Amino acid sequence: MTGRELWRLPARGLATAVRTGECTALEAVSAGWKGPAALWEGDVRAIAHSEPEARAAGAGAAPHGPLAGVPVVVKDNLCTRDYPTTCCSRMLAGYQPPYDATVVRRLREAGGVISGKGNMDEFAMGSSTEFSCYGPTRNPYDLARVPGGSSGGPAAAVAYGLAPLALGSDTGGSVRQPAAFCGVIGLKPTYGRLSRYGLVAFASSLDQVGIFGRHAGDVALLYALLAGPDPLDATSRPGPPPDVSGWDGGVEGLRFGWPANLWREGVDAEVVAGLDEAATWLERAGARRVPFDFLPGEYAVAAYYLVATAEASSNLARFDGVRYGHRAPESPDLHALYTRSRSAGFGAEVQRRILLGTYVLSAGYYDEYYITAQRARARIRREHEAAFSRCDLLLMPAAPTLPFRLGEKLDDPLAMYLSDIFTLGANLAGIPALSAPVTPAAGGLPRAVQMLGPDDGEGLLLRAARALEVQGERARLERSHEVEFTWPTKR
Amino acid sequence: MAHEAVIGLECHIQLRTRGKMFCGCPAEFGAAPDANVCPVCLGLPGALPRANHAAVEAALRLGLALGCTIREESVFARKHYFYPDLPKNYQITQYDRPLCLGGSLPVGEASAERRFALERIHLEEDTGKSSHPVRAGDRRFSLVDFNRAGVPLLELVTQPVFREPAECAAFLTALRRLLRWLDVSDADMEKGQLRCDANVSLRPVGVAALGVKTELKNLNSIRGVEKGLAAEIIRQLRLLDAGSLVEQATLLYDVEHDRLAVMRSKEDAHDYRYFPEPDLPVLRVEGAALDALRAGLPEPPWARAARLVAHCGLSARDASVLCEQRELADYYEACAAVAEARLSANWVMTEVLRVLRESAGSILDFSARVPASRLGGLVARVAAREIPGPLAKQVFAWMLEEEGGVEELLDRHGVRAMGAAADLRPLVLEVLGEHEAAVAQVLAGNSRTLDFLVGQVMKKSRGQASPQVVHELFAAELARRAAGAAPRRAPGSAP
Repeated sequence: MTGRELWRLPARGLATAVRTGECTALEAVSAGWKGPAALWEGDVRAIAHSEPEARAAGAGAAPHGPLAGVPVVVKDNLCTRDYPTTCCSRMLAGYQPPYDATVVRRLREAGGVISGKGNMDEFAMGSSTEFSCYGPTRNPYDLARVPGGSSGGPAAAVAYGLAPLALGSDTGGSVRQPAAFCGVIGLKPTYGRLSRYGLVAFASSLDQVGIFGRHAGDVALLYALLAGPDPLDATSRPGPPPDVSGWDGGVEGLRFGWPANLWREGVDAEVVAGLDEAATWLERAGARRVPFDFLPGEYAVAAYYLVATAEASSNLARFDGVRYGHRAPESPDLHALYTRSRSAGFGAEVQRRILLGTYVLSAGYYDEYYITAQRARARIRREHEAAFSRCDLLLMPAAPTLPFRLGEKLDDPLAMYLSDIFTLGANLAGIPALSAPVTPAAGGLPRAVQMLGPDDGEGLLLRAARALEVQGERARLERSHEVEFTWPTKR
Repeated sequence: MAHEAVIGLECHIQLRTRGKMFCGCPAEFGAAPDANVCPVCLGLPGALPRANHAAVEAALRLGLALGCTIREESVFARKHYFYPDLPKNYQITQYDRPLCLGGSLPVGEASAERRFALERIHLEEDTGKSSHPVRAGDRRFSLVDFNRAGVPLLELVTQPVFREPAECAAFLTALRRLLRWLDVSDADMEKGQLRCDANVSLRPVGVAALGVKTELKNLNSIRGVEKGLAAEIIRQLRLLDAGSLVEQATLLYDVEHDRLAVMRSKEDAHDYRYFPEPDLPVLRVEGAALDALRAGLPEPPWARAARLVAHCGLSARDASVLCEQRELADYYEACAAVAEARLSANWVMTEVLRVLRESAGSILDFSARVPASRLGGLVARVAAREIPGPLAKQVFAWMLEEEGGVEELLDRHGVRAMGAAADLRPLVLEVLGEHEAAVAQVLAGNSRTLDFLVGQVMKKSRGQASPQVVHELFAAELARRAAGAAPRRAPGSAP
């Protein structure tokens, strides 16, 4: 194919090109690797496992379907039978699952091809993708800065052009915050809408598979293909998933909540300016701003870290070196085998959270911590429900800052945890949320806003994301459904 | 000071479902190691559990039969401890919101029935099976087979209601019968399908407070439960008599050597860090589903035994023997539908059970050979005195080997049943004529000689006569003669 670069195409356009024979599936899948990856991947390090043979085999098997030949980067905590799945941990070095996660299986059935396994914070614990056993991923808009986390690899890969779509996981913002930092769209669906079967669990009641894309339409396309009940996931939400086919239907009459009290302090001015811009754009598209004070539980961060670490300490118990994964050699007895394997296999941040969570669940502390956190969580959900009685969706920051520098928060876990302050509410409440880019900040760093919707509000969120895309002054409409993406420039 | 023991049991019951508790792998026993495993029961990264409804139903059937309160919403929980045969290093079980609460199990025959109160019944998954140590050269290691990992288990906990080890044995026997009766479990203790732990403490008689308890594990037979508890009660008694204290501990009982060993003391007690299983939603039991299960439950063995006593006139003992097994009770009742109830009971308990014992076969196999209606036909003829007892036993033996109804068998073997008086009277008269001296003795009051005369008729009939009928015929005939109406009078007899 000549004339246009395949890797710049939205997923829809690329699949059409493959189905009509304009290019082969292998060409479609390889385009990102030959073009932008040659330029970026060496510096950005978005991909943890690239298996050219598996990629070629996938492309060979997939010339049909709505995603025919579309490459998708898959976070390294989603099980894939043809790629290692290591959660970027020494603990799972070389581990290759005997099965595909349900979302991966559905992706393949739709014709999608795995482009590579995205780098991440070890076991999805982190907000900067610095805690990967393969080394950090860097932000393509500024290589000195982090891409966000924990799904920093998939976010950065989509941003620089390796693939139009990626799958991540979002436990407290791990899709929305890196999407915001990398200037792409990140959707965390309603809890239970995307199957967790085959997603290596961090915190089961908060984890949700999320979608990265450069275009709202692409995200809607992939969501529609992946969402829906899964008999293998007992927590999957019964009934048909929300219809997102109206993603381009506009936001006329939509009421968006404007809880400005949230960013009165502690939020970067650039971020606040981005919120103003998004609000103006939405209003220009016919939506109505509903200002009110929103106090989604002052205890959200505390509740989140209690629940998440408690569940993590339990979920990560299975990594013991007995059946798979890292096993310390020459352990004299069983206890030594466990402690040595786990001490060497897990990185510092993972060990910190396992210890915290073990403490939270310990006899004598369980009621004080876990039960209290669950009560706070129920209250946070009620508060969100109350907010949605006044508006259709909530506009707020995705993160309190623009992308920060590598190493900036490495020695201050609390500061790192606070970078999730605006995102973890949606996980605690189980509701869908999306982050979408607005005009980059001065200096070119991506800037984004977050929108939260009620249960099954994915359609609304995607319509709003599309409205921002269309209204954005940076956006030049090429075709009615296609918005040119602002690419990073190498410097 | 006199002490009494207070004992509570914790029983683990492997359910007889086709699949495992949280995945679709077969739950069968005896497959090659690790043949029945999948990502879920191996605890592979990313795999998620899903509750097996057949297991939930089995648990509900047991709970309903025992009169438990069924929770509309029960909750699975994770119990954490590290061990190689526990794939996730936590067990999915139920903790503070179990499926069934309360209830009781009736034990003993109808006349002396006792009810032992239960605490709870909950669902959980079994662990893999460790074998250790295995030697390979100079290295020792353990092997784990994960076929059993994830097999559905019920944990049934009694209240501390037992005072004697023998009561525990009777309870377990009754529980085993009920589990099989309901098709909930095969409950074979040898195969580990029914396992039992016991908590035991001693207290001075008359004191309500409980003493310090110990837990006995690995009691893998009913005899083991009884002997282990007896040994532990003696051990605790000796401690108390010596003025020492019992320390909280978990003990293992070695039934072969009748020895107790401390497995862990209180200091090593685990903190299991229970919390609600976030991968599984609350387990909801709908009222309608529960009603349907209740309607489909078989009559429980104790109720059935009571009915057999009340309606069939059986003794409590006999009813309880026939209700040892649901299929046996079914067989009996099908037989009794054709023939007299008590005689049917005798036949089933003596003849049928003897055959089962001798052949080590099951009642189902037996019933395939000799359906209850076939046996009932025979028993009915016996009851009507058409077939004498000894001949009936012969016919029963033929039934085991051959096809055909009672008439057919008799014809095939050239035998004619002579149960009717009309058939036998000629023989009686014949014998009376041949043995006049004996007749005279009988008329003189020697009843033993009557037995001799009856025996002569039996001989002539080649065992086909009913001794009872022959007796009656003799009695009638002799009475007539004694009254002087005899056509022939024996010389020297009393007038």
